[in-house]
Amino acid sequence: MVPFYAFIFLPFIFAIIVPFLYKYLNRQIHTGWFVLLVPLSIFIYLLLYIPSVAAGETYRYTLPWIPTLEINLTSYLDGLSLLFGLLISGVGALVILYSIFYMSKEREALHNFYVYLLMFMGAMLGVVFSDHLLVFYGFWELTSVSSFLLISYWYERRSSRQGALKAMLITVFGGFGMLAGFIMLILMADTYSIRELIANLDVIQNHELFLPAMLCVLVGAFTKSAQFPFSIWLPDAMEAPTPVSSYLHSATMVKAGIYLVARMTPIFGGSSVWFWLVAGVGLITLLYGSLTAIRQTDLKALLAYSTISQLGLIMCLLGVGSLAVYFGPGESGTVFTVATFAALFHLFNHSTFKGSLFMVVGIIDHETGRRDIRFLGGLMQVMPITFTIALISGLSMAGLPPFNGFLSKEMFFGAVNEVSQAGIFGLGSIGVGFPIIAWVASIFTFVYCMIFIFKTFGGRFRPEKLTREVHEAPLGMLISPLVLGALVILIFFFPNVLGKLILTPALTAVLPMMDVTPYDLKISAWHGLNLELLMTFSVIIFGLLLFKTAKRWIVALRGFPQGLMLSHWFNRGIEGTEKLSGSLTNRYMTGSLRHYLIYIFSFFVLLLLSSLLGLYGLHFDFSQDAPIGFFEAGLVIAMIIAAITVLMAGNRIIAIVALGAMGYMISMFFVIFRAPDLALTQMVVETVTTVLFLLCFYHLPKLKKNIERISFKLTNVIISLAMGLTVSLLALSANGHKLFEPITAFFENAYELAGAKNIVNAILVDFRGFDTLLEISVLTIAGLGVYLLVHQRVKRRESNETE
Amino acid sequence: MKPNDVILRSVTRVAAVIILTFSIYLFMNGHHHPGGGFIGGLSTASAIVLLYLSFGIEKVRENIRLDFKKLAAIGVLIAVGTGMAGVVFGQPFLTQTFGHVDLPIFGDTELASALIFDTGVALAVIGTAVNIILSISEDR
Repeated sequence: MVPFYAFIFLPFIFAIIVPFLYKYLNRQIHTGWFVLLVPLSIFIYLLLYIPSVAAGETYRYTLPWIPTLEINLTSYLDGLSLLFGLLISGVGALVILYSIFYMSKEREALHNFYVYLLMFMGAMLGVVFSDHLLVFYGFWELTSVSSFLLISYWYERRSSRQGALKAMLITVFGGFGMLAGFIMLILMADTYSIRELIANLDVIQNHELFLPAMLCVLVGAFTKSAQFPFSIWLPDAMEAPTPVSSYLHSATMVKAGIYLVARMTPIFGGSSVWFWLVAGVGLITLLYGSLTAIRQTDLKALLAYSTISQLGLIMCLLGVGSLAVYFGPGESGTVFTVATFAALFHLFNHSTFKGSLFMVVGIIDHETGRRDIRFLGGLMQVMPITFTIALISGLSMAGLPPFNGFLSKEMFFGAVNEVSQAGIFGLGSIGVGFPIIAWVASIFTFVYCMIFIFKTFGGRFRPEKLTREVHEAPLGMLISPLVLGALVILIFFFPNVLGKLILTPALTAVLPMMDVTPYDLKISAWHGLNLELLMTFSVIIFGLLLFKTAKRWIVALRGFPQGLMLSHWFNRGIEGTEKLSGSLTNRYMTGSLRHYLIYIFSFFVLLLLSSLLGLYGLHFDFSQDAPIGFFEAGLVIAMIIAAITVLMAGNRIIAIVALGAMGYMISMFFVIFRAPDLALTQMVVETVTTVLFLLCFYHLPKLKKNIERISFKLTNVIISLAMGLTVSLLALSANGHKLFEPITAFFENAYELAGAKNIVNAILVDFRGFDTLLEISVLTIAGLGVYLLVHQRVKRRESNETE
Repeated sequence: MKPNDVILRSVTRVAAVIILTFSIYLFMNGHHHPGGGFIGGLSTASAIVLLYLSFGIEKVRENIRLDFKKLAAIGVLIAVGTGMAGVVFGQPFLTQTFGHVDLPIFGDTELASALIFDTGVALAVIGTAVNIILSISEDR
């Protein structure tokens, strides 16, 4: 067969062609028709793999990328990635078909839309088929980026941009966490391959980085899959066009986290932290999502929270299923294997019904111009087909027979009931909480499904509240939800076809240590009168009661204070961080040079003094010092007097002259210490600088020129004293340490080597001529700089005068 | 009324010659005695500045038709050029040589390529120093 990565890259390659198709052919044919070919061909290609994967085969292809760093595009195909690959390409094909009718050919920037969508599809396929951790991460971030682009597709809307930014911040935060986790995994097992990680389990599980790696990976999974409390980005991402919401935010991207958890189950599963985090967070998300969904009046927001809640359910099931790793093959292990199976089953079911529900909302939005249930109602008569689809998918979401949601919900109840009796990881006392929370959340789920169906389609038809002439959607728009709706029913009646062909191999990928046979995992619609069925019945009864009385209590729920919402806290947090960093920057970046000098000098003193004292560098050795002569002592005293005069000078002229005196005394020092060249140069240079200082002084502006003494500031005194002390200590300690012989002996041969009796000059022009070359360059540049500064100003002044 | 600074001008006429001679002496002498390109250049510049001071910028400019910015650039170029000469002969950059030549008048004279390098230094220093002072003094 064709090497596998060809199909990962097909969407990317096609994305390059899309703009050309749009430019030259869009007037005749909607660009979407061409794009449709991509997921369709991938879907068909993946279908061909089903028989061999169901027979237990796996495929692995490697495309070298950076072979020296062992980074290769390794694609790996097993049951789990095949399940996801089919979902991505299948739902992708349906969504693109739907978008052909949803997105206007004339009004929308279709090339952008399809390029982003194809990028996303390719990235998502890359995520599920990658075996290499870093390549996995690369594709993972690409899904975040392309999802960011898709959410902000209508970028002229403020809410779109905000939603996109929020999604980006949260998912990329999680992505970085995941990367950290991956790097720890790589460090532990010294391999990049997920396959080999699983093979090296014993090394990883006894490593001290095991727990941090797990937490980091989970942060990535939870942010991507919108688990509590990272779920806040998903409702805001509903600003995207509806096909995008349907594809990304129900069927694929939000399941990337699920995929990650499922992939990592063989590695991390079996530990109590993993169980409690995955199952616990999943359960909380389930309850939180279903409770919040009821409050919503916007249909898309309702579906967003319901997605959060359903993802929580799947996550919870995966957590419960990880107990199978703990128990290993055996009777109780098999019980929890069924939970993982239920997770995969519900994952598939959720993609079908949630995809079609989003498309239904898109149709309603498209045909009525409204998405708010307070304006909608009675659409049943006008849009019978849409209503049928909504009913099928909605009841499946609520977990009613004869739809596939019923089967997976029953298995979910079965799993949580088993957990309450597992008796490990401290489950004995609070294990009973699992079925109770699951049951309560299911009631809420039932209620919001009823709200979704009957507030929009039931009741009185009020055309005066709608902005458009309402009629049934065009056929093209209905095909995709019809296909998904048909799947919902088909899977209920023939669940074992799906179970045997796709879900069982996926299960063996999640729990490779369990040898499962399709016989163990027979899904049956009727499995006897047991606790699960009773729970479903009570869910229906309580749900109906609550729905009937909804008017009384839903107000209380909607009145839930804004201040307690997670999203509110997130926004406050972002604002707070910006303010904090702003005020922090303003506090130290004052713009005052004096402050910056204080920072620089304090750090200098701090670093040098602490290292001098801390590293025992402070000891003096005066034995080698030359005796102090009469001239030196006199000059030093004179220089000290000159220096103090500079500091205490009442006006600038005195300071300048005192500075000049200092300079001449330095040249005297050069004379005493037998450096005639230096003395000559110092003398001339000092003269020139003094003259320049006087020039500057002459040019000081008359305004505000106040001749007064330097004001006394304690900080300045302390810092300058500390600075002087540090440098003196440093020089004195360095003086006593001659580590090796100086190289002056070499330069004493200047006459033989360079033909020069003046050693200084020989060094300057011969031995170290390169320094001199650059110094004269510096000098010339300084001269040109002065020339430019002066002449630019003159020119500017002239041009101002002519204006 | 223009101040009559005849004494200053007369002294300058003599002093400039002496200063220039001394600076050339410092420059030429640099190889074996204190002096060299830097100090030689600076003292030449001081002689030129003295001329400016006593005769005025316009008059000196008429007589010394030199663009000191170009002079500085030429100095740097000469210095780089001597360095490149070493490269041409297959030696590392900035390799200097010297040799003894019997010249007709001077007798046994030592000629060193470092002197050309030093010329570059001197020209750069003269150009820069005069350039800075001219620029600032023109800034009125």
